Amino acid sequence: MRSLFYIFSALVVIGLAYWAYYENYRTQDAINHAERLEGQIATSRQRLRVLNAEWAYLNRPTRLRELADINFDRLRLMPLEAQQFGRIDEVDYPPEVDLRLDFSGSVSITNQPDLQSGTGADQ
Amino acid sequence: MIRTPLRPLARILPARAKGENPDAIERENIRLRHEVMRDKSRRRAEGRLLVLGATFVCAFGVIGLRMGVLAQTEPAEPRTSAAGADILAQRADIVDRQGRILATNFDTHSLYAQPQQMIEPERAAKGLVKIFPELTEERLLRDFTGKRKFLWIKRKISPEQMQAVHDIGEPGLLFGPREMRLYPNGTLAAHVLGGAGFGREGVHAAEVIGVAGIEKYYDDRLRDPAQNSQPLTLSLDLSVQAAVERVLRGGMNIMNAKGAAAVLMDVHTGEVLSIASLPDFDPNDRPRPLVQGNAADSPLFNRAVQGVYELGSTFKIFATAQAMELGLVSSGTIIDTSGPMRVGGFTIGEFNRKNYGKISVSDVIVHSSNRGTGRIALQIGAERQQEFLKSLGFFKPVDFEMIEASGGQPLLPKRWTELSTVTISYGHGLSSSPLHLAAGYAAIANGGRYVRPTLLKQDAPQEGLRVMSDEIAREARLMLRKVVTEGTASMGEVPGYAVGGKTGTADKPKESGGGYYEDKVIATFASMFPADDPKYVLIVTLDEPVETSGDKPRRTAGWTAVPISSEIVARVAPLLGLRPTIEHTPLADITQVSLQDGD
Repeated sequence: MRSLFYIFSALVVIGLAYWAYYENYRTQDAINHAERLEGQIATSRQRLRVLNAEWAYLNRPTRLRELADINFDRLRLMPLEAQQFGRIDEVDYPPEVDLRLDFSGSVSITNQPDLQSGTGADQ
Repeated sequence: MIRTPLRPLARILPARAKGENPDAIERENIRLRHEVMRDKSRRRAEGRLLVLGATFVCAFGVIGLRMGVLAQTEPAEPRTSAAGADILAQRADIVDRQGRILATNFDTHSLYAQPQQMIEPERAAKGLVKIFPELTEERLLRDFTGKRKFLWIKRKISPEQMQAVHDIGEPGLLFGPREMRLYPNGTLAAHVLGGAGFGREGVHAAEVIGVAGIEKYYDDRLRDPAQNSQPLTLSLDLSVQAAVERVLRGGMNIMNAKGAAAVLMDVHTGEVLSIASLPDFDPNDRPRPLVQGNAADSPLFNRAVQGVYELGSTFKIFATAQAMELGLVSSGTIIDTSGPMRVGGFTIGEFNRKNYGKISVSDVIVHSSNRGTGRIALQIGAERQQEFLKSLGFFKPVDFEMIEASGGQPLLPKRWTELSTVTISYGHGLSSSPLHLAAGYAAIANGGRYVRPTLLKQDAPQEGLRVMSDEIAREARLMLRKVVTEGTASMGEVPGYAVGGKTGTADKPKESGGGYYEDKVIATFASMFPADDPKYVLIVTLDEPVETSGDKPRRTAGWTAVPISSEIVARVAPLLGLRPTIEHTPLADITQVSLQDGD
């Protein structure tokens, strides 16, 4: 009985040791993964910064104005003026569309004609 | 355990028989028993002390070992940290009110040399001059072959230049990472942003510090790692600023002016939506300050904030509003503006020696009568005039978020005589910056509260100190509106937007002192729009403008600053989302008829 107890304890110790090492390696893996991800985030953020700067540079007002001047023939872009403001009553109503569903020529697929006539009678 | 009895019969009976005292046996036995107990407890105590000692030795041993290990090992960064990803750059971005980037950081490289590692200094020098034409070959060669162990060649280089230097293949030419400040919009809002430069420099990093403008004013905030990921949001609007600068630049060229400044300010929140000063510069490549001559001639000089000028007749509305506030006059009171008028030995004259006769206070503003304003100011008196102008902020530099703002100290007369009272009432003898004037006009525009101009985006209107009543401010606005509809600023009319404002043309004082120039003026137009319920104040100031389309050169603000100002309003008001007031044109072919009773 006693030796059985010793064997059992030894097995438990081995099991716990295995579990502890296993968790340790898993943690290290997770840390490595997180580090890799952080590195990727840092690179992406740096890229984002460069792209933001580039976007701001490409959208600088002087350049946009030059582009508008170059493409004036096609786009006819002009500075916003007071005359371009409109009143709400100057906007047309949308054309009226008949939204009612068309039921003509529909086919009845119910197999309970009694029920149909019954509800009709109720109303 | 079998205890020995204290009085064992086997010994007591023989002792009794011998006539000995049996108690002696009992005592002897008690003594022996006590000795055994004593020995036992001593052993136990000794054992406990030993265990305790061993525990302490182990504990201190572990602590000592751990300290030794900590002292011996190299420091290591903690491997897992969520905070690391937040730090973007050394310096926070600056964005406009809609989040568009005004200043950001850019990764680049610096180039330095370690001559003792060089293999072919001549070839390296030649190659470098080919890439950077501004370097001189002899100087580089002297540095490379001399005693120097280290030298900077370029602070910032582009990736293409870096590749070209790399292609030289010289091991003594090395690169260090550098973060640089980038202003993607070039000269736009140059004076506000100021610029940035390198502080302490190492091979692997360099401090980026602000050298002027808001970059310097908020240097600590921008460099604070805790606030690094949040950009600094300004009140400026990129597109409005661009439009204002463009119109102002064009106007400055047409009017042959030496310089120009414009301030556009929200009258309720105090937010400055646009502030421009021309000529300007590129903050990416900030020019050096002038070492000789007048600092005001440098493009670095901010005319809107640092430049203090006598702003002329734009001041008249302050005297008038104060007199109405004090109940001395009302807008209909008739003032005698006829000459001659002598104060303190000086004759006060009108522009072009005109004489307006007896006119109402409202017309004094509309026709811009010096004598009329002077007489009103004399009624107010020097004391009260100073107090009023002080409450409008004309006595100290504007508390503005730019390092240069403290340089805009208004120039006040040393002694505030009766003559000063009169001249200051029409804007001579007191010099202030256009920004001061914007704050003053904002008080009239918003119904009588002083608002502090600010460069930061605000969420709510400022509850400033009340300097005049709402009623008086409204009357003053009506007068300013009349200046545009029937007075000196007739070119200020903008279709769709009612503009009210006051012109000011002031002769420039000679730098050497003693009198004014005949043909050099500062032309200013201070306006507000929409006039019925003003939302914005716009100040346009031109330095030495002259308009030459007519027979005679014209220098008055009505011919120079006003047209520019109206063009700015026409361009900017739609951008600000102001709805124009449209005059209804009568519909064609419809005649209104009324049916009368009995017909």
